[in-house]
Amino acid sequence: MKLDLPKYKTSDEVDFVIVGSGAAGGIMAKELSTNGFRVVVLEQGPYLTESDFVHDEVRVIGEDLLTNKPRLQPTSFRKTPNEKAKPQRALVYGRLVGGTSVHFTANFWRFHEIDFVERSKIGPVPGADLRDWPITYADLEPYYTKVEWEIGVSGLAGASPFDPPRSKPYPMPPLPVKGSGVIFERAARKLGWHPFPAPMAILSQPRAGRGACINCGFCLSFGCEVGAKSSSLATSIRMAEKTGRCEIRPNSYVHRIEMDNNGRVTGAVYFDEQRNAHLQKAKAVVVCANGAETPRLLLLSANKQFPNGLANSSGVVGKYLMLNSGGVTEGVFEHPLNDYKGFAVSRVLHDFYELDPQKVGFYGGGGLDARFDQTPIGFALENWPGVWKDHSTSGDRSQLPPGTPRWGKVFKDALAHNFSRTMEIFAHGTSLPVETNSFSLDPDLKDAWGLPALCLTYKDHPDDLKLWTWQNQRAHELLDAAGAQKKWSHPVKESEFAVHLLGTCRMGNDPKTSVINSDHRTHDVKNLFLCDGSSLVTSGRGQPTMTIEALAFRAADRITALTKRGEIT
Amino acid sequence: MIQNLSRRNFLTRGSAAVSAVWLSGHWPAIVAAAEHAHQAAKSSAPLKFQFFTPEEAAEIDAIAARIIPSDETPGAREAGVVYFIDRGLTTFAVDDQKTYREGLPALQARVREFFPSLEKFSAATPEQQDQVLHSLDERTAPARRDSQSGGASSFFHVVRIHTIVGFLIDPDSGGNHEGVGWKVIGREPEHMFQPPFGYYDKDYAGWQPNPPSAEKTKA
Repeated sequence: MKLDLPKYKTSDEVDFVIVGSGAAGGIMAKELSTNGFRVVVLEQGPYLTESDFVHDEVRVIGEDLLTNKPRLQPTSFRKTPNEKAKPQRALVYGRLVGGTSVHFTANFWRFHEIDFVERSKIGPVPGADLRDWPITYADLEPYYTKVEWEIGVSGLAGASPFDPPRSKPYPMPPLPVKGSGVIFERAARKLGWHPFPAPMAILSQPRAGRGACINCGFCLSFGCEVGAKSSSLATSIRMAEKTGRCEIRPNSYVHRIEMDNNGRVTGAVYFDEQRNAHLQKAKAVVVCANGAETPRLLLLSANKQFPNGLANSSGVVGKYLMLNSGGVTEGVFEHPLNDYKGFAVSRVLHDFYELDPQKVGFYGGGGLDARFDQTPIGFALENWPGVWKDHSTSGDRSQLPPGTPRWGKVFKDALAHNFSRTMEIFAHGTSLPVETNSFSLDPDLKDAWGLPALCLTYKDHPDDLKLWTWQNQRAHELLDAAGAQKKWSHPVKESEFAVHLLGTCRMGNDPKTSVINSDHRTHDVKNLFLCDGSSLVTSGRGQPTMTIEALAFRAADRITALTKRGEIT
Repeated sequence: MIQNLSRRNFLTRGSAAVSAVWLSGHWPAIVAAAEHAHQAAKSSAPLKFQFFTPEEAAEIDAIAARIIPSDETPGAREAGVVYFIDRGLTTFAVDDQKTYREGLPALQARVREFFPSLEKFSAATPEQQDQVLHSLDERTAPARRDSQSGGASSFFHVVRIHTIVGFLIDPDSGGNHEGVGWKVIGREPEHMFQPPFGYYDKDYAGWQPNPPSAEKTKA
């Protein structure tokens, strides 16, 4: 079946240019093209497909087959704005058609009701600028359901007593339980907690022309070779192409949004693979480039009217970055779990989603999950793939017990014993929005195209670190109840690396403190919309992609309504 | 079509569009093709070195054999790690050529410093070899300031990484010959599994709901 795919000329003013084809961009493309609009999606990365998705750890992880390329796209890091940033690898995101949804873990919890109204329920938190969202869980609920049914999420409705209300059950049952899930479930129940089957954006049954998960064991960091992972590549991008109105244009690096004298954007300027620049004209632009590249693009698009960055009259573009804390506690058991088989996570619990700050002494909450998400090399080699990329000697990411020699017979024996017997408790948690945590343009460092590189400035709010420590203690209790023979947590320390990229162009009703309104329209520019992790007002408790996709479905509805009413032209 | 989809070809193929529908109808065939390629990979260990001289290769092989020794189970030697590194130094690890070219002589100098009667690492006993390598491991050795030692240290650091990677990588990717590394760590060779996966899920009785009266517990 060959699709008749449109090819638009750059001079042809299409209805929408969408920058980025990931979790949000794919859905935006599908919805807007389905609604009858002519759409061009500009994606900086290549258009790979299932047959390109190998299990070669050197090529995929070591050589960044699917992700941003440090050699082409260097980055820098500093803890506070007063420091000079040092060049270092500061973030990872999917750089291909489908974006990060291609290689992610696929944990797909909904946010809870509290996540949208934390400020009014909790009050101010010192050192953070916590705010309510301009929308509520109830506004987003129909779109969460849409994600589950149209994109494909496996899970069991009603299994968690803490789940927010839902209008429909999941479209398919949960994935099979793993050994880590059984251990987690039994131990959690002993402690009076409420484990439940993990909602995952991975097919447990064949659906919509896609195969079910074959439990290959190369999931996190890898693309799915059978299309069972519900990435944008496997789902929304293909649905968009089927409309015959959407062109996916890969290898197209957008570096500027143009604006006319009337304060309207006119299209996006991008470099093609040969590094020739083109302007794709459009009636409106939707930026879905992720929580790092979206603010960067606005900052790169500064003009006379917006000298501090396009749509940045508030000055908050790039600020209030939230990364989600993530504690890892390892447990080793007597018998083989073989938890490398399958996907990452099969059981979760949300008993600690809403902690009482008066009782625990900090603000925040989170979830614990049972997982094994490392590849054989990642299991054995500390700081993989950092050691591969730059031979850096720092890091503690090996899953072997602390103090295990790094080579020799004892090392080999530890690998042989532990690989099949180890599981992790992963603690997902709140990051509080702090103004100085940001993505900005590095004043000196340039990418391979000569454009200012991303600078990450980040220092965890003290409560985030307290939460992280507190959750690790719960993980230890759980592993004790489970009878683990060995257990240890990776150290709690300030973040220097970004995976979840949230909050950098946040949504709000006040144009002075937010970048977009609840329609995802920038307060400053009528025909410029932003939708991705940057839109989030708070961090939830980790696992943001489900919410990013629900927001994209909702934003596409709002944008369609505005356009049909003639309100963006 | 099937032979075009062997995993080995995945490495070099461009992005020819294969539709989701096609895949869902055919993925068992793709997996079969992948398994076929696994078999092919098993019988295709490279025979000639691209980067190392045979003498250099013998030294690297000896170092790798201390990093993951052969005992009752296979080690780096049986996994053909030296071939993986040799191929790597002309492909994905081309930037490390200098580290190897300069590091190996520095390591040999360390051998002669410790054991004046010995000419090269491979001639030492395993205990002597470990003594040399420990002196180059920044975690077990006190820092030394002479530049030669630095070269040998960073060389050992890189050989250690390359050895572990070459031992544990997907056998299709030019290392882990015959999957011996995965055998050692208990990773079954397939790329497709059915539950139960291990000891703890084999007698799982099925999901039982949480008590319905569960209240939102606040810690």
